[in-house]
Amino acid sequence: MNITSILAIYKFEMDRMWRTLAQSIASPVISTCLYFVVFGSAIGSRIESVEGIEYGAFIVPGLVMLSVLTQSVSNASFGIYFPRFSGTIYEVLSAPISFFEIVLGYVGAAATKSLIIGSIILLTANFFVPLEVQHPLTMIFFLVLTCITFSLFGFIIGVWADGFEQLQIIPLLIITPLTFLGGSFYSLSMLPPIWQKISMLNPVVYLISGFRWSFYGHADVSLTISFAMIAFFLITCILIIRWIFKTGYRIKS
Amino acid sequence: MPILQIKNLSKVYKGGFTALKDINLDIKQGEIFALLGPNGAGKTTLISTICGLVNPTSGSIKVAGHDNLTEYKDARSYIGLVPQELTTDAFISVRDAVSFSRALFGKKKDQQLIESILKDLSLLDKKDSRIMALSGGMKRRMMIAKALSHEPKILFLDEPTAGVDVKLRESMWELVHKLRENGVTIILTTHYIEEAEEMADRIGVINKGQIVLVEEKKSLMKKLGKKELTIDLKESMPDIPEELNDFSLKLHSGLHLTYSYDDQKEDNRIGELIGKLSELGIEYKDLKTKQSSLEEIFVELVK
Repeated sequence: MNITSILAIYKFEMDRMWRTLAQSIASPVISTCLYFVVFGSAIGSRIESVEGIEYGAFIVPGLVMLSVLTQSVSNASFGIYFPRFSGTIYEVLSAPISFFEIVLGYVGAAATKSLIIGSIILLTANFFVPLEVQHPLTMIFFLVLTCITFSLFGFIIGVWADGFEQLQIIPLLIITPLTFLGGSFYSLSMLPPIWQKISMLNPVVYLISGFRWSFYGHADVSLTISFAMIAFFLITCILIIRWIFKTGYRIKS
Repeated sequence: MPILQIKNLSKVYKGGFTALKDINLDIKQGEIFALLGPNGAGKTTLISTICGLVNPTSGSIKVAGHDNLTEYKDARSYIGLVPQELTTDAFISVRDAVSFSRALFGKKKDQQLIESILKDLSLLDKKDSRIMALSGGMKRRMMIAKALSHEPKILFLDEPTAGVDVKLRESMWELVHKLRENGVTIILTTHYIEEAEEMADRIGVINKGQIVLVEEKKSLMKKLGKKELTIDLKESMPDIPEELNDFSLKLHSGLHLTYSYDDQKEDNRIGELIGKLSELGIEYKDLKTKQSSLEEIFVELVK
């Protein structure tokens, strides 16, 4: 394993985050604060509780997931797309490093950024609502696994994208709607039965449900199914990336 | 053993375009090899395939005995690449960019070495400047610094002096010679024949994806070099006299006769031509001979 090379890519990507601090960290934190103000205080004051949990506290896991999913995808996709766009990818591809090591560097950095943002949002939420985490290890496990999985997904998008527009399409048109409709701001039990069934087709439901369980012990779907779903998504992403590097899809001609 | 061995290398793109066709080439350690060819001849594809940026369709490439597909880590560790395009990150400093390249190759930090490379390339005073603040020539030199940062044994320079001024071009030639003195093998592609003429030990000509010729520069020029004799006449003449038709002369502006001959032939008929001119009473004031340049040879080869 070429640790120096992996760390070089990882550090390069992390440095980019520190250079663009406002965009990388401040922006998602401010957005989350706004969600708290609008949904937690303004609307939340009219909803007493959901499944016995104060509404403001109920939405915290969903908000963390919303940021983590979008940030993981955005960071990882941009991380690999930009060198492709600028042509600097030649340097990485001609270096004595394996594809696995390249992915480790890029995805590791993207997942770390998301993890930092997720943690900051949790800390910020603590100022607005009383937070409790009943199963901290499960919470950390879910958070880390989600960061890695969606960073891998972002990496795939970054390789697939042929322009900045395509780079934005998946986070804006797929990830964000799925997260909003995945129970970030409500419990599935609040929906009419038909919509409850339709929601089960949304993979993000399982992530938010499992993550919320680690906080309050309440879940819309079984924890085992949540784990199985994220594991399935993780393995699918790994297999796609393996295929990308095996064939050189959009990276090598 | 050659430091680079290419055997039966072909590259056919998805659309069916053949970029490289059965290339066989050996590069000797420590030589400067110039690859010449017109636009789209396959120069960059060949370099990119050797460096691992393009997947070959068939054939094999060995770098210092290591196959560039099955032992790609060992093979690539020998290679430094300076691509044709100025592809750099704009927002980081020169030093960070060069250090990043070194780390990518798994080499430990060595600020002293990085600074020495930057000094050789007259970039030391710019080490903390952001790349976006550099001029085009400086960026080009920085690309070379990045390629040299991991101390490669083979350096690929793809059109190294494209768009740089004469002074910078000459300083790059100096650098290339210095690198060769330190044992680095250099493979360069260029459009500037004078660059190949100035630097190369051997010349390879590629056209339509095929290596047309590989030859020592000196022997290539000797073998294919034509000489031209120009006779400046004292008085203008309207046409070449019939008696001189046997010599395939050309008349320019009525005052200059040119005679092309093969330098290698024992009888180049110059004496005979001069005798004929005297016989016909054609007076001349000067005689000049000129050797074909590499450019002229190259044009002939890719016709």
